Formats: sequence, structure tokens, C-alpha cells
Amino acid sequence: MHMKEQRMMHGSIALAEGAITAGCRYYFGYPITPQNEIPEHLSARLPEVGGVFIQAESEIASINMLLGAAAAGARAMTSSSGPGISLMQEGLSYMAGSELPAVVVNITRLGPGLGGIAACQGDYWQATRGGGHGDYRLIVLAPNSVQEMHDLAIKAFELADQYRNPALILADAILGQMKEPVSFAEPKIKIPAKPWALTGAAGRSPQLIKSLYLADGEMEKHNWRMHEKYRRLQEKECLVEQDLEEHMDILLVSFGSCSRMVNSAVALARSQGYKVGHIRPISLFPFPEAAIRDVSQRVGKVLTVEMNTGQMWDDVRLSAYPGSQCRLMARPGGAIPAPKQILEEIKKFLKVGDLLAKSVR
Amino acid sequence: MQYYDVVLSGFGGQGILLAGDVLAQAAMLDGKHVTWMPSYGVEMRGGAASCTVVVSAERIGSPFADEPCCLFSMSKPSLFKFQDKVKKGGLLIVNTSFVDADLVTRKDVDKICFPASEIAYQEVGEYKMANMVMLGALIRAGAVMSLEKTEAAMREIFGGSKKKALPGMLKAVRCGYQYVDQESGVRIREL
Repeated sequence: MHMKEQRMMHGSIALAEGAITAGCRYYFGYPITPQNEIPEHLSARLPEVGGVFIQAESEIASINMLLGAAAAGARAMTSSSGPGISLMQEGLSYMAGSELPAVVVNITRLGPGLGGIAACQGDYWQATRGGGHGDYRLIVLAPNSVQEMHDLAIKAFELADQYRNPALILADAILGQMKEPVSFAEPKIKIPAKPWALTGAAGRSPQLIKSLYLADGEMEKHNWRMHEKYRRLQEKECLVEQDLEEHMDILLVSFGSCSRMVNSAVALARSQGYKVGHIRPISLFPFPEAAIRDVSQRVGKVLTVEMNTGQMWDDVRLSAYPGSQCRLMARPGGAIPAPKQILEEIKKFLKVGDLLAKSVR
Repeated sequence: MQYYDVVLSGFGGQGILLAGDVLAQAAMLDGKHVTWMPSYGVEMRGGAASCTVVVSAERIGSPFADEPCCLFSMSKPSLFKFQDKVKKGGLLIVNTSFVDADLVTRKDVDKICFPASEIAYQEVGEYKMANMVMLGALIRAGAVMSLEKTEAAMREIFGGSKKKALPGMLKAVRCGYQYVDQESGVRIREL
């Protein structure tokens, strides 16, 4: 732990500092709890590093400013929460269609509607299914610690540029408000050349960035090309943490803040002799399908734990080895599953599974 | 000390979160894993305030405390809310300048019920240093952190423009620490 100097820091601040380390020099946003610490911090920090902070008049303005900065080739970011992210969906769809790299942060709220500011994972579908109209995907990263809030902010910028696609960081008030020790990366950031960017046409012919394709077959070609990009992401960029044992009776799957409670539940279960494994998708798109398929083939019982009514569960069931028993423990609306409650679900699942096996015999 | 979780609670403005900050900073300096989690909602000055600090020799899962080892309480509502959650054999530290000691009903925990605000006023001249008196009692009675590491953390947190408050803060923490040794009657566990 003493490798690098550590600082106690809020997750939101660690994320903002990660963005600066990644070379982000433009931020546009509109205030909303529980993510105001991000713009507050950047409003002070960006001018110090020669950057620009703009408090826009709305989320719709913010996302379109982001589109403009990305089109000009800059590393730029916006952040918001729930309703604000909903307002940004049109712009996000345009950015995906125009293949513009940028980072959007969603420190989620409860929902639907105005909801509340407690921690919740109800925006999983919106984040991982594109969110706006059209046939597209965002790169979606889900940190579970203050250190990852920092590290994945940098990773999001790298992946966005590499694949020319908007990246979204999905976190919540637990991760934004919590303080943990964090050590900062050495700033050895390389921003790739962006020959497609709109930088003024001096000495070269004009370029166009657009998402409108009207000629015969042009749009289908564009869709298939983007699809190929998503396939490459799926093949090469899955991020996952696996905590497995040689022999396991049950596999747990969880992401983000919820995985912290599952980590405690796994330790508790193992201390009582249960053989438990845990897979934590860090990239929600691309979703680590292969890891879940391979482990579920060995284990057979898969328990997804989420702070919503069951959204990632869809992806787990699509990924699980055919015939796996997939159950869900869901706590929506700001409820946090306690490690002891998760352990009870584990015990129940193991018991029911055994009964099923007996009745089949 | 393998794992220690404490809920610090009281009214907004009493320095509850700050006391948690000092403990968390000290734990980091001590090479421990640590999380600091504030209660989060429509909090304001005079309303409820609390935070949970988890200190562990190993990587921490949940940053919440369902059965805390210790409750640090500076208000009646926070005592009512959290007292029954404290682990059996755990520790209750209550500022009786704000909370009547009769309201502390648990029989199966160690208890330090003392007038931290009066002590802060008598020893440091500031009622508002009660949070640091309480913190001193917590690190000693909970055997959760050394006085040296706590003081080092305070020197880091109260630097710059806050430096003039530092001598009073340090004295307040030592008063709480010594109160546990000399007057509380609880069994002292070494770190």
C-alpha cells in the first residue's frame, strides 16, 4: 500500500482529477445533485491547467458543447445525473452517429422521474443500450472504488479516442460521496492524432462530420461499420474482476457500488464454508460475456445482485451457459443490500437448487 | 486490530464528518485500508449528520456498518437511531452535554458517557472542540488508532489557513484520550 503517495479523497474529486490527468481541458455541465462536486472541483482546477470550464444553461446545451469540442479534436467531458443524462440522449445519439469521442459521467439518482439522490443502479439499461435513438452503443465503465473513479476516467478517454465513440462512466452517490485513499497515475498520457477533426481547413481540403446519410445504402453501410467497431470492443476491451475458487457451488455477479456489499457477503459466506465465486463486470459495454459463460458452465448457479429491479440480469442470462440456473436479488429505490441479506439469498438458492435437483431425479 | 467500523453521528455543524475525516486520514497514514462514508440526503446545519468509517487490515467491501463496533453520538436523535445497532460487546461514546445519560439503555456494551462539550470548554476554551474530545475517547477506548498517528493526521488536515486551530484541536483529542484512561472505568485494550 505504500508504493505511491496516497490521499483521502471523494470519488467525485478523484474522477475529476483523473480527467485532468487524461488531458481533458474542456468541461461543460449544468448542476444537479449528487454530482455537483465534479463541476465544483473542475471550475477551480481547469483554469489552473489552461482549460475551460463552462456552466451551460442546460444539459442540452452541455452535450452539444461537448459534441463541438469533440469534433474539434479536444478531450472534453460533461457530467450529470439521471434526468440530466436523459436530456442529453439526443446529443449522445448524434455523437455516436458522428463517431465523436468524449466522456460523459452519470452519477445516478433514483428514478423514474425526479426520484431522489440516494444510490441506485436503475440507469443500467439506459447506459448499456445506447440510451438515445438509433442503432448504437456507448462504451460504459462502472467503477466500484474511489481509486477506480480516478483510473477509469483516464481509461474512458483512452477508449473513446481509440474507438471514436462516446464513453460513459456509470457510478452513484456511494462512489461519488465516499472517501478512500487514492494514488494518482503518473501523467504519461498520449493523445492520438485526430486527422478527422475539424480544425480549420488551412492547407487541406474541408472535412465534414455528420450523422445524416441519405444516399441509397449509405446508412446501412455506416451502421454495419459501427457494428464492427462494437464487435471489436467486445473482443478486445472487456474489463472484469473475478474472485473465483477452484470448486464453487454458486457464482455471484454484481457491478459498481453494489459489488462492495457482495465482496463482504462473499467473505462472510466463505468464512461459513460456502464455496462462492464472484464476477464483477467493470465494462458494462462491452459486457464480459465470455467470463460469465465459462464460469457458469462450471458452477451452474448464478445469482445476480443489483440495486434496481433486475437490469444487468438480462445480460447475465444472455451470457450464462445454457441451462444455468439464474436468480436475482434486487433492491431498487435507494435500498442497499446488506452483506448478511445477500448471504441469506445464497443459502436459499443453494437449498432450492438442491430441491430442484432431487425432484428431477 | 483487524476490522473496526464506527458510526459517528450528531447534528450538522458539530464537526461529525470532520472527526471521521481525522480518523480516516490517520488510518491511511497507518497503512490501513479505510473508507469514509457520509450519510447522504437533504442534510443541513442543525439537521442529522453522520458518517461511517471502516478501518481494516484487509481490502474493505461494504463501506456501511450494519452492526458497528462503535457508535459516537452527539445528539439524542442519533443515539435513538443507532444505539440498538451497535454490536454486542461494542462501544458507545455519548456526549452528555447534549444527551441525557439515562437515555443510553444498552447493557451489553462498553459505555463512555461524558460531558465532552464542557470538557472542551474547560480545557481548550471552545465548546465546539467537543468532536475532537470525543475522537480522542474513540481512538483510545476502541483501540482503533494510536494518538501519534491521529495527531499526524490532524497536522495534515489542519494545515494552511486552519493551522491556528491546530493546538486547540490537539489538546482536545488528548483530553478525550486521557479521560478514557483516568476516569471512564472501561477496560483499556492496547492497539
